[in-house]
Amino acid sequence: MSKSIHGNYLLEGLRRLGSVALFLLQLLGQSLPALGRPGLLITQIYNAGARSLIIIMLSGLFVGMVLGLQGYDLLQRFGSEQALGIAAALGLLRELAPVITALLFAGRAGTALTSEIGLMRATDQLTAMEIMAVDPLRYVAAPRFLGGVIAMPLLTAIFSLIGLYGAQLVGVQLMGVDQGTFWSQTQGAVDLHDVSEGMVKSLVFGVACSLIAVHEGYHAEPTAEGVGLATTRTVVASSVLTLLLDYVLTAAFL
Amino acid sequence: MHYAIGGRQIFTGLDLTIGRGRITAIMGPSGGGKTTLLKLITGQVFADRGSVRVFGQDVATLGRRALYALRQRLGLLFQNGALLTDMDVFDNVAFPVREHSDLPETLIRKLVLTKLQAVGLRGAAHLMPAELSGGMARRVALARAIVMDPEVLMYDEPFVGLDPISLGVILRLIKQMNSALGITSIVVSHDVEELATIADESHLLLEGRIAASGTPEQLRTSGSPAVHQFMTGGAEGPVAFNYPATDLTEQLLAESDE
Repeated sequence: MSKSIHGNYLLEGLRRLGSVALFLLQLLGQSLPALGRPGLLITQIYNAGARSLIIIMLSGLFVGMVLGLQGYDLLQRFGSEQALGIAAALGLLRELAPVITALLFAGRAGTALTSEIGLMRATDQLTAMEIMAVDPLRYVAAPRFLGGVIAMPLLTAIFSLIGLYGAQLVGVQLMGVDQGTFWSQTQGAVDLHDVSEGMVKSLVFGVACSLIAVHEGYHAEPTAEGVGLATTRTVVASSVLTLLLDYVLTAAFL
Repeated sequence: MHYAIGGRQIFTGLDLTIGRGRITAIMGPSGGGKTTLLKLITGQVFADRGSVRVFGQDVATLGRRALYALRQRLGLLFQNGALLTDMDVFDNVAFPVREHSDLPETLIRKLVLTKLQAVGLRGAAHLMPAELSGGMARRVALARAIVMDPEVLMYDEPFVGLDPISLGVILRLIKQMNSALGITSIVVSHDVEELATIADESHLLLEGRIAASGTPEQLRTSGSPAVHQFMTGGAEGPVAFNYPATDLTEQLLAESDE
């Protein structure tokens, strides 16, 4: 009995995975035409990116400040608080900025995407487009997917920048680490490899989170409950997948 | 033509031809597959057996491109309007034109305003769909459905929930679209009285097939008990009003025992 239940879960999981993969292929197929509609794309980059700026900047600042505080406390035990800049910069660029940005993106932009598309489905707007011979995959799904993919690395870069400023604020201004040392150490230790690790991660997270958000919305049950469930699934699946992919990518980069 | 969804037979041997340039009414009880019929015509779903032919083309055999080309010749008025909520009334009506043509904006503007004028909503061009009443939304949707000058216009329950004035306007519009523009009109509804005033021909859809055809007057005087029940609105008759269930007394007694 329990065997068949596990079997069902496995089958259902595989079915979902297959459906998401197929959807990704369809989206990629529509991406080139979508790039030819800059107006639609810019609106979606604005929705997913610019409208997430405040939450990203605030979170970046606080994460950076905590990093400054914890890093200072840890490093000064070994008398190496001058390395605070390195610790903060590497931690942010390689790990914290892409991951936390992706988690925030899933909660802020991902949910908005899913519920918007889900409601368009529930109110027949997608069907109406189909009938008007306008492919909703091209007009609705692809620009939103691309908008998310483009916005994520930009948001991550902003998160890193503000985070580093936050770490500097606490470490230098509050704890008294020498400003010159902080920046020169940072400059010396961070190389392009670290930056590109963060950017590659954020790009992958951008594809994953946007794909899940658009897929869940597009295939949501066309009811109030269905859209609600789809929105929840977006956050849960995006978060777990982000953390999983983060491990895989980190292992690949080391 | 046969069609089943989730194991439930919707159409069993439906055979229907719709005349060009006429107003054809498809009547039938709710849940009888009227909307599904429109989905079959527009190629959203396909027949299990048999075929649906539109302009002589079998819808099921068309590729995506051909299907989209076919749909451009069709217009469908949704029950709830299905306006795009992120743009105003003007942009909603302009949407199909902008997507399918490279007309200059000045021409689009003239075209859209003319169509909005036809449904009496030129003054509402700047409103968002959320600011419209149900009847207004449906008129905007009608303007959008005719903006590309379709050859066939389908109306899905156009009379539901309208006040008498909106109802009269919609009825006149359907008639005008047909007589002035020569648009073939398919009106799906269960409002017998309203349909009788405009339809050239009526078909009654009962239990997955056409139970009766003819002018509304012919249907009204039909000898078939099922047709008679529908036209006069009786709860008892060959058409089951109650969803199949066990005996009420039995069910109530059984539940009180638990």
